[in-house]
Amino acid sequence: MTINRRDFLRAGLVGTAAAVVGAPPAEARDNKTVPEHAIGLLYDSTLCIGCKACMSACKTANDLPLDDTTGTGLWDTPHDLSGKTFTVIKLYQDGASKYKDQVIDGFAHIKRQCLHCADPSCVSACPVQAMQKRPEDGVVTYNPDACIGCRYCVAACPFKVPQFQYDTAFPKIAKCELCKQRLADGKIPACAQSCPTGATLFGAYNALSAEIERRKAMVPGQANIFPRRTVDSGDTHERASAEYTPQVYGQSELGGTQVRYLAGVPFDKFGLPVGLPERSYAAQSETLQHSLYGGLYAPGVVLAGLIGAAWHGSKDHHDDEDGGPHHG
Amino acid sequence: MYDDSRTPLETDVEMRFGVPRRDFLKFCAAIAATLGLPKGAEAEVAAALAKKERPPVIWLHHQECTGCTESLLRAEHPTLENLILDIVSLEYHETLFAAAGHQAETVRKASQEKNKGKYLLVVEGAIPTKDDGIYCKIGGQTSLELTREVAANAAAVVAIGSCASWGGMPSTPPNPTGSTGVGEALGRKDVLTIPGCPPNPYNFLATVVHFLTFGKLPALDDKNRPLFAYGRLVHENCERRAHFDAGRFALEFGDEGHRQGWCLYKLGCKGPETHANCPVVLFGDVGMQSWPVGTGHPCIGCTEQGIGFAKPIHALADLKNQRPPVGYPKVGDDQGNGATLGAVAAVSAVVGAAAGAAAVLTKNIKQSEDGKE
Amino acid sequence: MAKAKHRALGGTLVTPVTLGLAVLIGLAVFLLAKRFIFGLGSVTNISNGYTWGIWVVWDVVIATGFACGGYAMALVTYILNKGEYHHLVRPALTASLFGYTLGGLSVLIDLGRYWNFWHILSPAYANTGSVMFEVAACISLYIVVLWIEFSPTFLEHFGKSKALLNKVMFVFIGLGVLLPSMHQSSLGSLIIVMGWHIHPLWQTTLVPLLFLLTAVCMGFAVVILEATLAAVGFKRDITGELPMLAKLGKIILMILSVFLALRFGDIIVRGAFGSIFTSGWRSLAFLVETGLFAAPIWMLWKPENRSRLSVLFPAALHMLTGAVLYRIDAFLIAYDPGPGWHYFPSVSELLVTLGVIALEVLAYIVFVRIFPILPGHPADVRS
Repeated sequence: MTINRRDFLRAGLVGTAAAVVGAPPAEARDNKTVPEHAIGLLYDSTLCIGCKACMSACKTANDLPLDDTTGTGLWDTPHDLSGKTFTVIKLYQDGASKYKDQVIDGFAHIKRQCLHCADPSCVSACPVQAMQKRPEDGVVTYNPDACIGCRYCVAACPFKVPQFQYDTAFPKIAKCELCKQRLADGKIPACAQSCPTGATLFGAYNALSAEIERRKAMVPGQANIFPRRTVDSGDTHERASAEYTPQVYGQSELGGTQVRYLAGVPFDKFGLPVGLPERSYAAQSETLQHSLYGGLYAPGVVLAGLIGAAWHGSKDHHDDEDGGPHHG
Repeated sequence: MYDDSRTPLETDVEMRFGVPRRDFLKFCAAIAATLGLPKGAEAEVAAALAKKERPPVIWLHHQECTGCTESLLRAEHPTLENLILDIVSLEYHETLFAAAGHQAETVRKASQEKNKGKYLLVVEGAIPTKDDGIYCKIGGQTSLELTREVAANAAAVVAIGSCASWGGMPSTPPNPTGSTGVGEALGRKDVLTIPGCPPNPYNFLATVVHFLTFGKLPALDDKNRPLFAYGRLVHENCERRAHFDAGRFALEFGDEGHRQGWCLYKLGCKGPETHANCPVVLFGDVGMQSWPVGTGHPCIGCTEQGIGFAKPIHALADLKNQRPPVGYPKVGDDQGNGATLGAVAAVSAVVGAAAGAAAVLTKNIKQSEDGKE
Repeated sequence: MAKAKHRALGGTLVTPVTLGLAVLIGLAVFLLAKRFIFGLGSVTNISNGYTWGIWVVWDVVIATGFACGGYAMALVTYILNKGEYHHLVRPALTASLFGYTLGGLSVLIDLGRYWNFWHILSPAYANTGSVMFEVAACISLYIVVLWIEFSPTFLEHFGKSKALLNKVMFVFIGLGVLLPSMHQSSLGSLIIVMGWHIHPLWQTTLVPLLFLLTAVCMGFAVVILEATLAAVGFKRDITGELPMLAKLGKIILMILSVFLALRFGDIIVRGAFGSIFTSGWRSLAFLVETGLFAAPIWMLWKPENRSRLSVLFPAALHMLTGAVLYRIDAFLIAYDPGPGWHYFPSVSELLVTLGVIALEVLAYIVFVRIFPILPGHPADVRS
């Protein structure tokens, strides 16, 4: 019996190890893809003038309080995304900070907000489905009524987006939900609505893809038409296009995001992670989890073996207890 | 209260300028303020202005609309025209001359000779340089020749208006006459410019008064504009700035936002990239909002080379003053709380105590083991 | 003789040690009141960069590792059927009981929206793809299982029959091995979804296996530690237990060897070997951690050393310190939130953790004095 149990355990451990080391391809969970009718934003750093109108409009639209980091109580001065701030314009600067969109002696703006991943880590991480990706348009939403405040989403997000409120007894996670309340009213997100240059542009994911292609084909320095608010709003302005870096941030990072960035300086200058794999971390994690625990088959089999072994063990153990000090 | 409007004009200054002394001093104080001079400087200004010697001024016109002169004449500030005509001795000015033709030219030449090295040359209008400058001639001389001749012996050259400053409107592409500003046409870098279309008369006046008072030109920026007038962006002092900061923009002329007086940035306002004191000094002495943005029209950037007459009026401005170190969170700013002395001490104490206890315990166990053996 | 297998130590509960512990607990209670009124930020240094501080990493991830004694002993005693270890099961189980129960309570302290905690156990909310869900559900269930496993001790104390319980106990023993196996490995899997935030020396799909191996190892090491401390603290003679502890030492030696082989094999296969030397203070952390894992192998290599408590005890300590560091490394030191972020626990944050540890130690002392937990030896009976 002992040998059988040992063999069984050995097999179990080897099986577990095998599942851990290399999950069979059939079980691998692929990246989730952008939904067919996905919506999104395009943020073009070269168009951004840093006026922070988006930050101001976001606070109004989402009823967010002042994020005062200066202690004066006068100004909204978030250092970063925070429990009170869904979007923030941050600054890259180098040396004399004279030239826009230049790496050396230049400066450039970046709009930080939820990128609405195609396959979000936060949705995968959340134990209670408080983070969800809407199937119809791909907006990553947050439901405080479900949330337990474990902050796994905060730790897991590759872009450091979900923010927890550390200064209140009844905290929530703060995160851009693409103004879902405005979308429900047929409006567009407040940041895109308020952006004076169209640096933040709202639209269908596919329409934005076409717009990205159009911009990348522009000759730097030549006058071009740039839409504002939405791709097809008809509200446009003309200006010389800048020289874009080749990377479109969010095009393929971790399976892609529905908010994408164009910029004139490399994205690592903005403190964003670059060189990310195309396979999402959610897919990696869930592949492992499903291989080990999918349908609870493996744990079920192991449990049966353990209970069997324990039954024998405890029989010996009872024998012990009743019959004397001899161990089995 | 003492009403000085009927006070007989008695003093020399009063007689000369045709204003009561009190008004004269008010004017001096206002000029000193425009120049950004410290308190007490108005006395110096008054002393300079009250001198009997008036510096001669020769005023040339080239490719222009005379808007600069008109603006100067229409300034409603009390007796401005008197002052400008009485402070200086205007030797030659085509618009204001009673004389004409050869008579006028003779006066100019005589004055040049007589006041060699002492007179001030003011140029209004761009100078055509293409085809030997034949596109603008005065008294048989091209603008270029005339300006060269007069500038040669001038104490200082002042370019008034955008045309004289860098070419302005006449130099707009395709620029068929090869128009350019005075400095470039003369190949001189010391030409003071008062750009604007038209420039604010007080900026010119204050510059002249500065010259009279201190015997030198005021501090200039890299485009030779007096810093007291062009040191700041229109955007910085704009009365609608709060709307910009709050993200409230007029989207088209006559819409709700426009009627509410919201920011005109989206209509192409060049305030954010144009250096001028328009929102502070205003125009026409009629009080609040008497400047383009105040009336609901976006700034066209007329004082800024490369913006005014170059960039389309509806095109969006680049933000010059949004550069660092204006309040932006920087990429990679320090955040979170690092180690404090207390916390490190606490951790060290606990870890140290545990390690010490473990060491002592091990030693004791070893001793008791050895004792048994 | 049979009845004397486990016995309560008895004696007074009011000693300088217990009073000191009570003070620490009182401080923690005060600080926790502050936390529940003014929010987590009022007591801790956690931020949106390092959102998981020591309350998660120490009180849950490490504390449950320390509490693996019951799991490890159940594994060898009941599953591998090494009945000889039976004496050591109950004290180990006691430590596990407190470790896990307090780990579970610590989770409630750290949860921002603790009033929703029950969502973890409700199928309506469960996200089965979430590692956190699996960890939380398994820990919750395991705490219940531990109390059931431990209940014979109460029944003995209160003189009730445990026949019925004994008949179904094997089910709970099975669960008591399965559940920790699942969540101790998954504590490691937690970092997989964090992706690039975790330094390549620690980020690997092998991490659940590595965490599981260290958890089992910690379990055995804690048993040695407990036996030593109980011997010194309560002045008990443990000569009788020494041969069993020696065998545990051998198991630790074997598991650690496998662990280090896997750890380095994995790092080499993933091409991360170079970063052992090029990652600044993370390199240092890795080397110290590895050294602490390697030291017990060297110390316990000779069989005669394994029967000496003066070797077993420091070896167990090295192993535990290494495992603690491994977990701190994986969750905090290897965690890169992006440029600019700092974290070091605040004094009040540390005091709460100390309070939780104090509560655990105090509860252990109270329990072993009141309930029949520690093995009763002939030597004790005689004295």
